[in-house]
Amino acid sequence: MKKIALAAAIAAIVAAPAFAQTYPNKAITMIVPFAAGGPTDIVARIVAEPMSRALGQTVIIENVAGAGGTTGITRGAGAAADGYTLMMGHMGTHGAAPALYPNLKYDPAKDFAPIGVAAGTPIIIVGKKDHPANNLKEFIEWAKKQGDKSNHAHAGIGSVSHSTGILLNSIMGTKPTFIPYTGTGPALNDMMSGQVDYMTDQIVNLVGQINAGTVKAFAIATAARSPALPNLPTTKEAGIDGYEVSAWNAVFAPKGTPADVVKKLEAALNSALDDAGAKKRLDDLGAVSPVGNDRGSIALQKLVETEVARWTPVLKAAMAASK
Amino acid sequence: MDLISNLSLGFGVAFTVQNIFLCFIGCMIGTLVGVLPGVGPVATIAMLLPITFGLDPTGALIMLAGIYYGAQYGGSTTAILVNIPGEATAVVTTLDGHQMAKQGRAGAALGVAALGSFFAGCVATIFIAAMGAPLTKLAQLFGPAEYFSLMVMGLVFSTVLARGSIFKALLMVFLGLLLATVGTDLETGQERMTLGIQQLSDGVDFAPLAMGIFGFAEIIRNLENPEARDVVRGKIGKLMPSWAEIKQSVPPVLRGTFIGGLLGILPGNGAVLGPFASYTMEKKLAKDPSRFGKGAIEGVAGPEAANNAGAQTAFIPLLTLGIPPNAVMALMVGAMTIHGIIPGPQVMTKNPDLFWGMIASMWIGNAMLVIINLPLVGMWVKLLKVPYRLMFPAIMIFCCIGIYSINNSVQDVYFTAFFALLGYILIKLGFEPAPMLLGFVLGKLMEEKLRQSLILSRGSFMTFVERPVSGVLLAVAVIMLVIALLPSINKKRDAVFQE
Repeated sequence: MKKIALAAAIAAIVAAPAFAQTYPNKAITMIVPFAAGGPTDIVARIVAEPMSRALGQTVIIENVAGAGGTTGITRGAGAAADGYTLMMGHMGTHGAAPALYPNLKYDPAKDFAPIGVAAGTPIIIVGKKDHPANNLKEFIEWAKKQGDKSNHAHAGIGSVSHSTGILLNSIMGTKPTFIPYTGTGPALNDMMSGQVDYMTDQIVNLVGQINAGTVKAFAIATAARSPALPNLPTTKEAGIDGYEVSAWNAVFAPKGTPADVVKKLEAALNSALDDAGAKKRLDDLGAVSPVGNDRGSIALQKLVETEVARWTPVLKAAMAASK
Repeated sequence: MDLISNLSLGFGVAFTVQNIFLCFIGCMIGTLVGVLPGVGPVATIAMLLPITFGLDPTGALIMLAGIYYGAQYGGSTTAILVNIPGEATAVVTTLDGHQMAKQGRAGAALGVAALGSFFAGCVATIFIAAMGAPLTKLAQLFGPAEYFSLMVMGLVFSTVLARGSIFKALLMVFLGLLLATVGTDLETGQERMTLGIQQLSDGVDFAPLAMGIFGFAEIIRNLENPEARDVVRGKIGKLMPSWAEIKQSVPPVLRGTFIGGLLGILPGNGAVLGPFASYTMEKKLAKDPSRFGKGAIEGVAGPEAANNAGAQTAFIPLLTLGIPPNAVMALMVGAMTIHGIIPGPQVMTKNPDLFWGMIASMWIGNAMLVIINLPLVGMWVKLLKVPYRLMFPAIMIFCCIGIYSINNSVQDVYFTAFFALLGYILIKLGFEPAPMLLGFVLGKLMEEKLRQSLILSRGSFMTFVERPVSGVLLAVAVIMLVIALLPSINKKRDAVFQE
């Protein structure tokens, strides 16, 4: 990272006289608020490469992990609003965080200049492989009958599987016992050995297990079926209305970033999403990248507002109940 | 005969010019970042991920895996030479490895570490190839309750075997357990003992703690008595271990390989336990346990073999289940997904060339590490000749860079400074830091597994006894405790943590 930054800095100094007045004239940092290698980090690295080409400057990924992603976003929100610090926010940091972190130092809807959604990864409802239910309807019946005898795993407070799992139970009207883990890996491991009954998580973490039959998938929480799992019905087809969720990732700049800079970044992100190589990598992950009106600054602002409104009541109620 | 045809497929993939070259580059980079204190494999692999975009997935993973085990080995070098464990698994190596260096036997320590690691790596490779799939099923028997009981057994072993200042050692274990409770509560999301510092909401990081308590505190102690460090510089000794030393090391290496390899398969970073377990075992079996902590070569050979075997078998859950047991393996998952390979149980059947190619490359990588490292032993040992006034600022700078690069956070550097002060005070008061680190490393997992098991059993402690594997582990712990408390054996208890 240091070397890349140094090389980029030297390149920027050499190039400076020609482009002194135009943005961008030095390397751009994109803060990823999670550890390297996770789903958000991968999306960021995939779009950073074609964005660099479109902008003519390197976009460097900086991983600042901690507190469900809010550590990195807090730092990014306080950075200079000159377009040289960006953030890859996601459903948790810009949707669920206000409900989960009472001392949150930023307002997802007010403290950012949104650039655009990069990709969303669909959520899947899965059970252990010998789960008695064979489809979503049976699963809901089972969950209702079991009450708190059923075990629902999640990857820790503030994780995608935690928020989406709470929403699922509030829609189904069920109150399972939640088993917290510190990541999807250990949670999946205990589900494969049959210690826990079900969970919700992103398609990228599950598709390998579903295809191998080590877990049983009930439905995918998107409007249309996924090409990666064509036989898996959507939640609507299978019998739940209103459970359409995706772990979206989106690029943000700090509030006050000049409008022309936002425009340039928006165009660069759009061209990255159209890039054939990046598109293929995102498709391989089972991620859905936005098209048409779902792209860009205005769509993202609207998304953040609806997501905060959607998660806040559900999560606040659940957190209050667990105390 | 499946094994042979599979392995020959693997070696066919790994033995191409490109893949051997990538393996070499990976091992080389890995050794370098391992030697630099603080710059760990996680940061390095993360930085190099985009570079692998242009490679085919097998080559990319072979290189990244090379960085991983290269760093494991390089980390031992730093632990032996300057007493800084870059990772939890190198903590034990500092105990006797650094003492050997102080006695002018740094070459022997490094040599035994390299050869022991190579042997363990070879065995582990065959082990993965032959037993990977069936062993995964066994590891899946380890639910939260079994994991908790295993760690109880580990803690009982290590404290029961401690002697003399058993009280101080126990206090340090508890201090470590307490430090591990800092951070966000697993179940409710409430912050515990974070003092309102946002950085602490995810708990105390291992790297600042280990580097502060071990590395920086050691530097402060060295600064206060100039004679001690002149002794280290004065005697370099021979570069290679003698025959007697090698013979002495063979049984510990065999035992370490076995124990480390077995623990490495466990989900949830079982590899961390390997070196601790091996050290405890060697000390228990030794005729004269008092040599331990004063430069016993078995205390380097066993844990190093266990470390490398565990590092290797940690690939089993990743390759056969698609589940990463630690942070580096999580990055490997990232690297796989970036290359369009979705990790899961199907990798073995869907991408056999990747699966077996990677396993074959592990053996090549281990051989390469010996080739890279044995000639370097001389050079590393010469490093000890560098005047301390030049050496300690360099170590401090590298440590600070390394710590900063983990989370790109200045606060982590401050934490290290704080722990350095704490470590110095503890040394002055006669408390050894190793038990604290053991308590800290185990504490996080123990709390998590204890609470998961109790939620799953709806609060019944009987779950730990009723589940057979867990029950057996607890029974062994109790038997150990009883034996240790019998007066006749009591006298023979030997020190695990006495340095």
